[in-house]
Amino acid sequence: MKLILKNANLINPVQNLDLKGVALLIEDGIIKKIGDISVKESNSDRTLDLSGKYIVPGFFDMHVHLREPGREDEETIISGCDSAANGGFTGIACMPNTEPAIDSAEVVQFIKKKAASHLVDVHPIAAVTVERKGEVLSPMAELVEAGVAAFSDDGTAVKSASILRKALEYLKMYNLPIIEHCEDESLAGGAMNESINSTLLGLPPIPSVAEDLIVMRDILMAEYTGGKVHIAHISTKQAVEMVREAKKKKLNITAEVTPHHFSLTDDAIKTYDTNSKMNPPLRTKDDVEAMIDGLKDGTIDCIASDHAPHSPEEKEVEFEYAPNGIIGLETQTGLVLSELYHKKILSLEQVIEKLAINPRKILNLSVPLFEIGEKPNFSIIDLDEIWTVDINKFKSKSRNSPFHNRLLTGRAIGVINNGKMFYNGEYLNL
Amino acid sequence: MPLLSRHLLGLYGVPKEDIQLILDTAITFREVLDRPIKKVPTLQGKTVVNLFYENSTRTRISFELAEKRLSADSINFSVSTSSVSKGETLKDTIRNIEAMKVDMVVVRHSAAGTPQFLTKVCSANIINAGDGIHEHPTQALLDMYSIREKLGKLEGLKVCIVGDVAHSRVALSNIYGLKTMGAKVSVCGPSTMIPKYIEDLGVDVIYNIDEAIQENDVLNVLRIQLERKAREYFPSVREYANYFGITNERLEKSGKDILILHPGPINRGVEISSDVADGMNQIILRQVTNGVAVRMAVLYLLGTLN
Repeated sequence: MKLILKNANLINPVQNLDLKGVALLIEDGIIKKIGDISVKESNSDRTLDLSGKYIVPGFFDMHVHLREPGREDEETIISGCDSAANGGFTGIACMPNTEPAIDSAEVVQFIKKKAASHLVDVHPIAAVTVERKGEVLSPMAELVEAGVAAFSDDGTAVKSASILRKALEYLKMYNLPIIEHCEDESLAGGAMNESINSTLLGLPPIPSVAEDLIVMRDILMAEYTGGKVHIAHISTKQAVEMVREAKKKKLNITAEVTPHHFSLTDDAIKTYDTNSKMNPPLRTKDDVEAMIDGLKDGTIDCIASDHAPHSPEEKEVEFEYAPNGIIGLETQTGLVLSELYHKKILSLEQVIEKLAINPRKILNLSVPLFEIGEKPNFSIIDLDEIWTVDINKFKSKSRNSPFHNRLLTGRAIGVINNGKMFYNGEYLNL
Repeated sequence: MPLLSRHLLGLYGVPKEDIQLILDTAITFREVLDRPIKKVPTLQGKTVVNLFYENSTRTRISFELAEKRLSADSINFSVSTSSVSKGETLKDTIRNIEAMKVDMVVVRHSAAGTPQFLTKVCSANIINAGDGIHEHPTQALLDMYSIREKLGKLEGLKVCIVGDVAHSRVALSNIYGLKTMGAKVSVCGPSTMIPKYIEDLGVDVIYNIDEAIQENDVLNVLRIQLERKAREYFPSVREYANYFGITNERLEKSGKDILILHPGPINRGVEISSDVADGMNQIILRQVTNGVAVRMAVLYLLGTLN
């Protein structure tokens, strides 16, 4: 099949590429030409006029919870991938807190097999410890061989400094990071951030220092072992400051932030909305400002959704009983463009770095290149479309989003990867 | 004059006129309670469900009596919290109850925000009878009623709430209600039992009980929940009693006549010494009677809204 994308703006910071109004010829799943397309070449099976739109390296979300195996009623591998494609992502990394956990090569193979024919690349993240219990190291070498992208006991931090040390040292053989959900167990268990709002609402609080303590522990452990630690969903001002200092010392520390942690505060909980309940919890205005500063100066390397599907019956309960987590794959690009690009916090190049380049670098994956002979891996972005989030239009099986009815500016209108295109709600083989 | 809201979820944001109206209406019902026939037909034909997910004999009896005195049909629905995890969801429970055509739901629950949640999933009037460590508005209303009955006013009074403020639904409702009515509110207790950021509510914090007695017109002494996690928040009951307990010795030393309230039940010898408690019996029992009148007022005002 022959596809022509014309009048597009092409940007790829890793190639220092910034072309305006060019055409791309994709034939049989390969980039054949970039630039002017001659009249002779211009007969195609499909031509898209992308005037004013941007073609960028395919976005990658390194923090996604697919609920398969275990809770297929909430999300399957395929519905999660559809959700990613609809949100503008060509690749995701999925967390191991499934049932069973991703702690054996069999589960990794199961996930890879299910996702094999999809447009979206799925990179499983394996548990650091068997059943995520924090006691025995998972079969790491075997898991690396099966193709995992990183290790994490997400949902909790690696239980003890002692097992974390062994894991960091072991993984130095493979140069892979441990992704840490930073939360001190003895201070955990609350329902929302500790602030004036937790006092007003009478909800059991989670103090920000619960996160800060483990961020500090993990930075010290990374320094001591020389291992790589990636801080998942960073959310406190102190934690950002500690990562900033660690980077000054050239330690192997990276960090991600979710769109909800740079765009919402715990004011969102005032109506006891369980779709604003997640862990780490929404914090204060000061923390949100620290996230913005961290994104701006590069302390925070990337943006990830922490997409966490939950069924309505699990979320429509008393606030304290509701599970943590919101879905984010289909609102992430819009929130980044609205809250960071249009508010002039990040340039388009920086947005691409945080959504496409840095997550792949952290996971040692290759970054898509726009070169003749390469397989296309793009997201197609409309920076200016104004749209309203409608949870009923999500491809995800779940609906637990606090952003329903939010007006956003900018979205992904299509993605191309693995010889497939998703555009206007349909898949097309290239 | 009707209330501005069709539910009583808490006293946060409830305007002064509404609180005034409830307290004034309660005076009328307080008189009914002293009559030989303590019943009025006001809520005849209305059905009230007392939905209690947490044990609370006193509050439940007080509501039940208030409902019966108003001639409402009342039904008690008690669910042990332990069955929540395996049983049906609260949403299903309330939908079932609603299908039986009830007009009002009085709810007590260990999870904060449950009354707000019920307003979203059912159409009955919701009255909060205590939700987690959030609010207990009728308790605060009866406390205010009792203070006003005794001292003639609320405005300008200095009221201190003493004890485990951080884990008390009574404290927060009292703070909101009293401040709205123009009282000056402070809290006193061990620092581990004072919630962070409480000063942002315009409340002073006192760590010395003698100072609290000296500077206030009213002490509202909270029950220390010995049976709960609260025990982690201070070193020993003995230390609590020695440093924060109200004793006759302390009261005499202050040389002033101070009104002391307690929502009950009292831990004698812990937050209040036995001799003080005996001297207070009058006011504590009056609080209980006033509680029925205040709850009648709330039920009447909400039940006759539509």
